[in-house]
Amino acid sequence: MAAPTTLPSALADAVRDESSLRRFLHGLPGVDQVGVEQRAAGLGTRSIKKASKLWAIDTAISMVDLTTLEGADTPGKVRTLAAKARRPDPERPDAPRVAAVCVYPDMVKTAADELKGTGVNVASVATAFPSGRSTMDIKLADTKFAVEQGAAEVDMVIDRGAFLSGRYGLVFDEIVRVKEACGDAHLKVILETGELVTYDNVRRASWLALLAGGDFIKTSTGKVSPAATLPVTHVMLQAVRDWHTLTGERRGVKPAGGIRTTKDAIKYLVAVHEVAGAEWLNNHLFRFGASTLLNDLLMQRRTQTDGHYSGPDYVTVD
Amino acid sequence: MSDRISVAKTYKLYIGGAFPRSESGRSYPVTDSKGAFLANAAQGSRKDARDAVVAARKAFPGWSGATAYNRGQVLYRVAEVLEGRREQFITEVSAAEGVPLKKAQSTVDQAIDRWVWYAGWTDKIAAVLGSANPVAGPYFSFSTPEPTGVVAVLAPQQSSLLGLVSVVAPVVASGNTAVVVTSQDRPLPAITLSEVLATSDLPGGVVNLLTGRTAEIAPWLASHADVNALDLTGAPDSIRADLERSAAGTVKRVLRSRAAEDFTREPDMSRIRAYLETKTVWHPMGV
Repeated sequence: MAAPTTLPSALADAVRDESSLRRFLHGLPGVDQVGVEQRAAGLGTRSIKKASKLWAIDTAISMVDLTTLEGADTPGKVRTLAAKARRPDPERPDAPRVAAVCVYPDMVKTAADELKGTGVNVASVATAFPSGRSTMDIKLADTKFAVEQGAAEVDMVIDRGAFLSGRYGLVFDEIVRVKEACGDAHLKVILETGELVTYDNVRRASWLALLAGGDFIKTSTGKVSPAATLPVTHVMLQAVRDWHTLTGERRGVKPAGGIRTTKDAIKYLVAVHEVAGAEWLNNHLFRFGASTLLNDLLMQRRTQTDGHYSGPDYVTVD
Repeated sequence: MSDRISVAKTYKLYIGGAFPRSESGRSYPVTDSKGAFLANAAQGSRKDARDAVVAARKAFPGWSGATAYNRGQVLYRVAEVLEGRREQFITEVSAAEGVPLKKAQSTVDQAIDRWVWYAGWTDKIAAVLGSANPVAGPYFSFSTPEPTGVVAVLAPQQSSLLGLVSVVAPVVASGNTAVVVTSQDRPLPAITLSEVLATSDLPGGVVNLLTGRTAEIAPWLASHADVNALDLTGAPDSIRADLERSAAGTVKRVLRSRAAEDFTREPDMSRIRAYLETKTVWHPMGV
């Protein structure tokens, strides 16, 4: 096992070998389940109005990773999505662009051609998404293919089977090697929290991904229910905040799946501000993995700017 | 024997088949025609109206896609449950409108009959308002009436049950879904109607009932981009023109019926027709 970057001594010890890694992960303080759920619910009741709401909506739009991960994806659909990413609300050019378009590796080239020079990144899932059940070579080849095709961000899945059976070293090595294969591309590590069952596991997986060099930790693939929840995102935000305290380095968080309304998105922004800090309120450190969320954000934005409620007839069908 | 303490009621709204409190947390006292306290009703806000439109929009595909025969059965079932609550309606209409029980009884009977009348229309609308058009060529051409969508209804202020039934039933009979702002000062029969709708087979969200100040909620419904039609029956005269103007912003169908409409006279098809759009399609023959 090799540490990806120079780490403070306490963390460097943790990644020396598999047993010290296990010792470190199991030495993390347990998550107070009732406490974190109550705090998440409490922050969710905060009311955001007027100018702050408009700011929150624009910020949330700029954080969206506009995603299409269907077996039925066609080049046409990806191009449509790219057009929407460039100009989410064509009638109101002041609406911000989204952060990235997220597609399967074979669609990366189509998306990259459409988004060249726009500032919107192309993200690609890789490593046998969504199950992660394949050999190392195939996962690495998948990653390299996505990067060659023009992906600036790679969303990998961890091997949950290995994680749940306690083979942390295997998961660690996998993330390290995928990170190498990414080259300059940003790596987002999908923990698939819906399959990790407990908050303690989420905390361990978060630290594991951070230690192995993931630039982002992401909740879910969107293919498993429950996907992103507020308490899980809390635990992950705590991990990146603690990582910053220890190393001075800021890593990102991306909840994905199940966030469909502006109200939900704003709850997440409140959590980011309160748990991680205001420095995380930008699309370099926080993203939403979503597809339908964008339409609701645009409708709510129109409500704020037009002074009356908007409807789904006024945004694109996707 | 001790006097029983009466159970004072605080009613809620009816949105999406559920009975939520107003988002604003407000309620207002409802009195009878002589000013005696009857119950508290929820005072709906613009956000309740927004939620109701979302519920109505969600219910629209299912309700408009149901067969006309099925819609008729569901509405007839509503009439059956109405009949079961007859005594309660008579008491409430009598208290709200300040009429003797005998008069209230005939009003309630008429309201139930009105509901049955509209229930019977569901599977006849296409036959009466649609047509197979004569064309000079090897084609078929059909015109079929289709429901408009989400209809915002400002229910009559005076006629608390018969008026309400007369404006709501024609909206849902043809497959539209409704967001109804009930009579401001006489909402109790409408609240009981919502309990009837919730316990009959009507899918949640087809009819949503908001109690509260009509002048407060109506402008938000009139300007709402996801509302397709607006019935101004119970609109206060002072804001009528403004409502029409903002409804024009999103090209809504507006029914400009006057507040003084007499609901006891025989109904006709005009209210059904008001919320229909006609689609004409050409079919090449033999394909």
